Amino acid sequence: MTETVAPPQPKVVEPGQPQKGWAGQNVPRKEDKRLVQGEGVFFDDIKRHEMGYVHFVRSPYAHARIKSVDVSKALDVPGVYGTLTGDEVAILTDPFFELSVPPGAHMKDYALAVGKARFAGEPVAAVVASSRELARDASELVEVEYEPLEPLVDARVAQEGDAPILHDEAGSNVVWDGTFDWGDYDAAAAEADHVVKIKELHFDRFSSTPLECSGCLIEYNKGTGQWTMYCNHQMPGVGAIWMAPALRVGLDKLRFVTQDIGGAFGNKICLHPYFVACCLLARKLNRAVQWTEWRTDQHTANAHGNERWFQDIEVPVKADGTMLGFKVRATDDCGAFPRYEPLGCIIWAQVTPGCYRWRNIRVDFTQVTTNKSPVSPNRGYSRMQHLWLTERIIDIVASELGLDPVEVRKRNYVKHDEFPYETPNGCIYDSGDYARCLDIALELIDYPSIEQKRRDAESRGRLLGVGIGSTLDSGTNNFGQSMILNPDLQFSGNNEVATVKLDIFGEIVVTLGTVPQGQGHETTASQVVADILGCSPDDINVRPGHDSYWNSHAGFSGTYASQFAVTGLGAVKGAADMLAGEMKKLASVVLGCSADDIELAEGQARMKANPEAALPFMALGAILNANNAGLPEDLGVTLNCRYVYRPPFEKPDLERKYGNLTLTYATQIHAAVVEVDPDTGVYEIVDYAAVDDCGKRIHPQIVEGQVHGATAQALGAATHETFPYDADGNLLTPNFYDYHVPHALDMPPMKNGFIESESPFTPLGAKGMGEGGGAGIHAICAALQDALRARGKPVVTDSCNPYHRVWALLQEPEASRAGVEVVSR
Amino acid sequence: MEAGTAEVVRSKTVSVTVNGTTYEREVDARRLLIHFLRDDLDLTGSHVGCDTGNCGACSVILDGTLIKSCMMLAVQADGATIETVEGLAEGEELTELQKSFSAHHALQCGYCTPGMLMSATALLRSNAHPTEAEIRKAIQGNICRCTGYVNIVEAIKSVGETS
Repeated sequence: MTETVAPPQPKVVEPGQPQKGWAGQNVPRKEDKRLVQGEGVFFDDIKRHEMGYVHFVRSPYAHARIKSVDVSKALDVPGVYGTLTGDEVAILTDPFFELSVPPGAHMKDYALAVGKARFAGEPVAAVVASSRELARDASELVEVEYEPLEPLVDARVAQEGDAPILHDEAGSNVVWDGTFDWGDYDAAAAEADHVVKIKELHFDRFSSTPLECSGCLIEYNKGTGQWTMYCNHQMPGVGAIWMAPALRVGLDKLRFVTQDIGGAFGNKICLHPYFVACCLLARKLNRAVQWTEWRTDQHTANAHGNERWFQDIEVPVKADGTMLGFKVRATDDCGAFPRYEPLGCIIWAQVTPGCYRWRNIRVDFTQVTTNKSPVSPNRGYSRMQHLWLTERIIDIVASELGLDPVEVRKRNYVKHDEFPYETPNGCIYDSGDYARCLDIALELIDYPSIEQKRRDAESRGRLLGVGIGSTLDSGTNNFGQSMILNPDLQFSGNNEVATVKLDIFGEIVVTLGTVPQGQGHETTASQVVADILGCSPDDINVRPGHDSYWNSHAGFSGTYASQFAVTGLGAVKGAADMLAGEMKKLASVVLGCSADDIELAEGQARMKANPEAALPFMALGAILNANNAGLPEDLGVTLNCRYVYRPPFEKPDLERKYGNLTLTYATQIHAAVVEVDPDTGVYEIVDYAAVDDCGKRIHPQIVEGQVHGATAQALGAATHETFPYDADGNLLTPNFYDYHVPHALDMPPMKNGFIESESPFTPLGAKGMGEGGGAGIHAICAALQDALRARGKPVVTDSCNPYHRVWALLQEPEASRAGVEVVSR
Repeated sequence: MEAGTAEVVRSKTVSVTVNGTTYEREVDARRLLIHFLRDDLDLTGSHVGCDTGNCGACSVILDGTLIKSCMMLAVQADGATIETVEGLAEGEELTELQKSFSAHHALQCGYCTPGMLMSATALLRSNAHPTEAEIRKAIQGNICRCTGYVNIVEAIKSVGETS
C-alpha cells in the first residue's frame, strides 16, 4: 500500500492567482482551432470508395421468439450489397464473454439476436446498401416472424416464480447477487437511539445521450485478416477484449482509430455487438461498411444508465444526529444483457459510506435482467446511484428527526484532519475538506438569507426550498474490484501509456493511449510536457485521438472513470521525464560534460554554468536520428520514450470484499434553491452553486467546464430526463422530442467554487474528475423535499422529479410518507 | 413501383452555392439537405445529432435565414445560397465569435459547435448587442451535452459587448 502522507491544508483558489509553470494555467486549447472551423474529424466524416451503409433491422417486441428471418426481398433491391442474420452470427462468432459468475455467466450475448429478441430495438438482422436511405428502405423488406412472449419490465418482480425468464440458459433473471457486510450493523442498530426505516427509493433510468450517436467505418484487409475501425469507441482496450475472442482472432487483428468524438459519457463503452456485426459484414462483402446509429436507436438500443431500486433501508442514528451506518437491499436493473454492468454490482463500493464516517454498512445487492435496453456506464457510473442513496438517507433522516441538514452533514462528514481516511471496506479517501466545500457552497447561495427568501416566495404564492448534494468522484479504478464480482476474472490494477519523442527537426510528438471526447487531453498533455522539457505547449504536437497502431496503449487504455489527470497525465509525465533524461545525456556527450550539468530551457539543452553552450532541440533530434556516426555505442538514448503508468494498487481481499478500489476521491458539494408553484408542481431552480475539489487543476478552465457540463446533465436527470417503459416494454422517450435534455433556457445561473486538496498518491497531485455532477440530482431532490415540507412533509423517493411527480407529492403527501418510519428507543 | 402510373421522379439536378462555391449535383429526391452537404459535397463541418429537428447540430444559414438542414430536402434548396461553419473564417483569420468560443472554453467535444456558431452568427447579424436572455432564446434550438451552455452564453455575450 502507498505510503501515507499528512495532507497539506487545502488551498482555496482565487481566480487569477499566479501559477508556476504551464500546468495550472488556462492555455488555449489545442483542439479548438479545428473544431470551431468544422475541421474536426468525427468517424461519420470519413468516407471510402464504394462503401456500404449499414442499417439494422430491429425487434418491435420487447420479448419474442424469432421463428424465421427472410432477407431475400431486401437482397433483390438494386443497390443492396448484402445482409447479415442472427443465424450467421451464431455460426461465425462465439458469444461475448460474460463478467459475472453464474447465473449471469450462462447468459448468451451475440452481435445480433439469436433465437430470441429480448428488448424492443434489439438488432435482429442488418442490411448494407449504397446509401443510408436505401439501406433503411431495404431493411423494411426483411421479413421476420416473431412469436411474442410476455415481457418483464419491473426489476422488483424479476425473481418471482411467475416472472418471464429472459435467458433460458441461465434459468433465472438474476445476473449476480452478493452480500456486503462491513462493521457490525446489528450492534449499531442496538446502540442507536433511533432507527429510521425507508421502504423504497428508486434511482431512475436515463443516459447522458451524447449528441454524436455511436458508429464506425470498418475496413477489412483480406490479405492480413485485419479490421480497421474508424469509430467513437471510448474504451478500445476493453472493446478489443470483448470482440477478438468473439470473432476468433487475436487482439492485433482489431485496429481502433478515433480522432474527434462527439461526447461519450460512458455510453460508448458497449459498442462491441454493433462493431462485430459490422466486422462480419465488411469481411463478408469485402467492402468498407459504415454504420451511424440513428437517434432513436441510441435511445432504444445503445445503452442506458443503470436503474436501481433501494428497499428496506434502515439507518441507526444517535440522539445527537450521529449516524452509525445503514443497511439496504439494492436491485440493479441491467436491461436485457449484462455486458459491462455486472461491474456496477461492485463499483458503488468505491464510495460505500459516501462522504460520511459511517462504519457499519450492510448491502444485499442483486442485479437482474429485464426486457429493456441494456445499460452501460454513464457519467457517475454506479457510484452516483449509491451516493444518491446516501444523500437521501441524510435528508430523510434529518427531516424525520428534526435535524438541520447542514449541521447533520457536518457532524457526519469525514473530517479534514482524518485524511487519508480508510472506509469500512478498505478504500483510502486520499484528501479533501467536505465541510469547507459545503461552507463555500452555502456562501455562494447566500444561505443566511434563505429564510427571508422563503418568506418572500410565500408572499408570491411559491414554496421555496434549499437542498445540498454531497458527492465523491472516485477515479482511477483498481480493476481488482472485478475479482470481488468473479474471482476467476484475471483483472487487477490499472495502467495507461504515453509516448513522447523528439524528431529530426526538433518536433516533440506526444501520443496518448487515451481516447478523448472533449476533455482537452491534447492541451493538458502539452502543458505537462512543456514544464518538463522547458519549452512552450505550442512547441508540442499531441496527436489527436487514439490509434492502436501507435503502440501507445495498454489493457485498460481509454477515457472513462475519471482518471486522465492521474493515469493519462501520469503516463505523459513519465515519458517526458524519460525523454528529458535522454536529451540531457545526449547533450552532455556532445558538449563534453556531465548530464547533471545540463538543463532544458527555452527550447534548448544547455550547460547550467554556461548557457552559451547550448544545443537547440532540433540539433539533438537531428544528431540522434540522422547524424549519429561516432556516438558512443553504449549511449542508450532513443529520444522516443514510452512509459506505462501503473497506479499503486493491491488485489482486494475477496472474502471480506475489502481493499482500495480507486486511487483518488474528488469532492463535489452542490447547493440548490428551488421555487415550486403549489398549484401545478411546476418549479424553477432559482439559485445554484457547485463547489469542486479535484486536487491540483492542470487547466482550471477545463475543470470548470467539466463541472458545468456534469451539473447540466445532473439537472436534466433530476428534472426531466427519463427512459420510462410501458407495460409491453416500449420505450416512451425514444428521441429528443420526448426525452427533454436541458436547453439554454432551462439552465439556472450557476456559481462555482474550487478548493485544491492535492492528492498525496498521484504524480501531479491531481485527481480524476468530470463525473461528479450527480450532486445536482441529490441537491434538487433535497431542495424539493424542503420546499414541500409545509405541505404535509412528503418524502422524495425518486431521483427524477418532473412536474407531474411534484404535483403528485403535493396532492398526496401521505402516500410518500407511508414508507417512512422512525423507531425510537 | 406500380405499373401504368406516370413515371415517378426519383432524382433531380440541384444547384447550390455554399460558402461562395457553386455546386451542381444529381440528388435523390428524398435526400435531406444535411446529408447532401455532408455526404455529396463532403462539407462535414455541419453535424447530425437527432434526426428530428431538435438538436441544431446541422444548423446552416440559407439565403440569410438560419435553418436546420435536417428539416429540408436537398431539392428544396435548389438555387439557394448557403453558409456553413466552413465558410465563417476568412482564410486563417477566425471570426471574433470563433475566437471567443475558444477563449471562453465554450466548446468541449465540439460536435454541437458548428451549429451553435451558425445560430450565434445569425443572432449577432440581427442583434449586434444581445442580452443574456436574447442569447439563450436564440440558441435554445441547439443542444449541447458538454458545457451546460454557461461558457457558450458568455462567449456570445462577450462578442456582443465588444463589437
